[in-house]
Amino acid sequence: MAGFITGYSDRISVRPGETIKFMVSTQGVESYDATIVRVICGDDGPQSPGYKVEPLKTSVDGRYKARFQSIHAGSYAIMPPSPLIDGLTSFTAQAMVMPTLPAKPWQVVMGKWVEPSECGFVVYIDDKGQFCTGIGDGKGGTCFLRSGRPVHAGRWYLVAAAFDVASGTLRLWQEPQDVYPGHDAVAVETTTKVRVGARADLPFLIGAWSEDGRADGGTVGAHFNGRIDDPILSRRALDRAGILALRHGPLPRTIAPDVVAAWDFAADMMSDRIRDASPNRLDGRLVNLPTRAVRDSLWTGEALDWKQAPGHYGAIHFHDSDLYDCGWQADFTLTVPAGARSGFYAARLFADGIEEHIPFWIRPPAGTTTAKLCFLVSTASYMAYANPHFGTGRYSELIGGAFSVLTRADVFLNNHPEYGLSCYDMHSDGSGVSITSRLRPILNMRPRGPLWEYNADTHVTDWLEARGIAYDVLTDEDLHTEGVAAIAPYACVMTGTHPEYDTKEMLDALDAYKERGGRFIYLGANGFYWRVAYHRELPGVMELRRAEDGSRAWAAEPGEYYMSFTGEYGGMWRRSGRPPQRMAGTGFVAQGFDLSSYYRRLPASHDPRAAWIFDGVGADERIGDFGILGGGAAGWELDWYDVTNGSPPHALVVARSEGHTANYQVVNEEVLFNYPFLGGDANDMVRADMVFYETSKGGAVFSTSSIAWGGALFHNRYDNNVSCITENVVRRFCDPTPFPPPR
Amino acid sequence: MYPIDTSRTDLAREFKKNPFGPHSAELQRILNRMRWEPLKGKFVLVCTKPHKEWILAELPGERGKPITMHHDQVFTSLADAEWVVFKRRWKRITGQELAVD
Repeated sequence: MAGFITGYSDRISVRPGETIKFMVSTQGVESYDATIVRVICGDDGPQSPGYKVEPLKTSVDGRYKARFQSIHAGSYAIMPPSPLIDGLTSFTAQAMVMPTLPAKPWQVVMGKWVEPSECGFVVYIDDKGQFCTGIGDGKGGTCFLRSGRPVHAGRWYLVAAAFDVASGTLRLWQEPQDVYPGHDAVAVETTTKVRVGARADLPFLIGAWSEDGRADGGTVGAHFNGRIDDPILSRRALDRAGILALRHGPLPRTIAPDVVAAWDFAADMMSDRIRDASPNRLDGRLVNLPTRAVRDSLWTGEALDWKQAPGHYGAIHFHDSDLYDCGWQADFTLTVPAGARSGFYAARLFADGIEEHIPFWIRPPAGTTTAKLCFLVSTASYMAYANPHFGTGRYSELIGGAFSVLTRADVFLNNHPEYGLSCYDMHSDGSGVSITSRLRPILNMRPRGPLWEYNADTHVTDWLEARGIAYDVLTDEDLHTEGVAAIAPYACVMTGTHPEYDTKEMLDALDAYKERGGRFIYLGANGFYWRVAYHRELPGVMELRRAEDGSRAWAAEPGEYYMSFTGEYGGMWRRSGRPPQRMAGTGFVAQGFDLSSYYRRLPASHDPRAAWIFDGVGADERIGDFGILGGGAAGWELDWYDVTNGSPPHALVVARSEGHTANYQVVNEEVLFNYPFLGGDANDMVRADMVFYETSKGGAVFSTSSIAWGGALFHNRYDNNVSCITENVVRRFCDPTPFPPPR
Repeated sequence: MYPIDTSRTDLAREFKKNPFGPHSAELQRILNRMRWEPLKGKFVLVCTKPHKEWILAELPGERGKPITMHHDQVFTSLADAEWVVFKRRWKRITGQELAVD
């Protein structure tokens, strides 16, 4: 394996005077050189403006000793060592369990167990796909008991293991909740002279076992894939009646004194904490953010919102592919120097021909702006797409219209599953990835990467620089945190090419900005589409539920449309009553990824309200029949004007694309019954509608409605009609002269 | 499933001449069939030098398993590389070599 350098930062948005830490891991290199660069264009392709960065002299400049830092993917719950658990000689460990990948050998449901020394007790799935239990004294003495019957994926089981030290009896129950022929309850038992090893410093884990015996969890393994609900630990060996009595509390009085812990996964749902409902309060925490607010074994379908029936959502879905925070040590820290211009930046690392960029953004000093234009960086969307596995996945070719061409990053991510997944991937067990973090290296949020999101957006920054248009940057996270105050000082806010993912706070801020007379340029398509939530306590992590419908890589399970981080209904903004057409006049209608096309002006483009947009553009010119992305300015994803979905009736559709290929298909939320002419070669819904409209208080909105628009700005050294139209709009929108309301 | 008519070498030639499209409706149906192939063993390309070099590869069909790289099939033209993928998939689906150079 060739050497590599990867890294991430603790923050992505900083102001002069603030500090940002960079965490780096390497393989195969002794040292690396680091500099800070301002990123102007990340596209290094032959048709592109070229890779352009400007060095920023900082204290970071220098050579650093390289080191490898590991990533431990896989979620679990950890309870700190407790005398109440340490002192157990007899026990009953029980839970409702839904395995989702039972074919994978060695998955732990729960236990206090160190694998190398086989000390403690544990409930697990073995290499035969059956529930098992084991006890070990840590001195070579072990006793393992297997159910003898493989379990089925996606079915709930009552699983219980009980050990009575006096008789040496170890029992195991495996009781499917869906009973059908060949899928029956099993109870097995054995006797042993082995005793549960007494180690006083071991944590109790749910969903993994300890591999190094460290009290803080240390290195763990045998991650569980599936759902666990109602885990309960008792201090004596219960019989079946006792086990059943403990299910779904309240704890029966006759048994309650023997209950060591009864974890209620429905409590503190919006946090990474788990609560012990017993008086012992053996509370714990979750590592690597497994999915909460999922249906448990009691779910009936009567309640579809976990907030309405938390007791039906008391399960946690663990995955061996969950990853939140790599937790690496910082290798260097930057204090942003005074005078650093706002913009896209990166720590650029070099070693032995290997290059890495760790991106971040610099804002103007607090309370100031340095431009009339604010470029809103779609960092929420960058996170949704973080470390995708498109090239090795199913859909790349089907919607891409070309044979798959994998990048080096695709190959790296395939070979390094520990780097985590994007919201376009499935977990190991096939369930959708609903949580994405930026506290890990994100290989496609980098210069020189694929021309999608980050790199496609640098076509826009490159154009702004080339045309001498001053701009400040603001990340989605900033807008989410600070609200409209973050953008209020600007004459104009402009998006990147694909601002697809938004929190409620972000949309509220943008709506308020527009209502107060702000000017808004939507320089892309399929924006304001998915509703997402940032975690309220944990930095750098975002949740998404792909609910109901929409163009999506996976579908949320029934009853799991409400997000765990905030309790908000997830899915498309359209299904929450805020379709994208209400934000910027147009909304997602079609996508395809083979060839792009061009626009033609419509009669409304000659209306005096909008004619200025086309100053310098002929009446019959094809607009954008060129470009880096598919050879045209109208492509990849397209939006249309649709009054029924909230496009303002007074808006002007000033240009419309045409001539799209059959690979472009109308998105499924615009199709009720499928029919055999949904392609761009046959259906005029496949189009980008370029829209302009005035808002109250002298504001205005302009939307290009195509992701490929930005890729056409550079054509003919920026001398082209896409560049001309964009510049006409940006300069007019930065001019404070109010837009008169249409008559 | 759409059957590929191995006598339609004219459609293969159309692809070779214009691998990136747009394609005729008949060729498109062949390409759809090729794209619908299962992931395991699917012939793809890996770009080893950005914008300059591509290698024929086969997908493992399972994340984390190695991608098989055909180091004897290296291309400096993406169009040439696409043509080889086309021919490999043609053969895998039809069982017959595509008799077009």
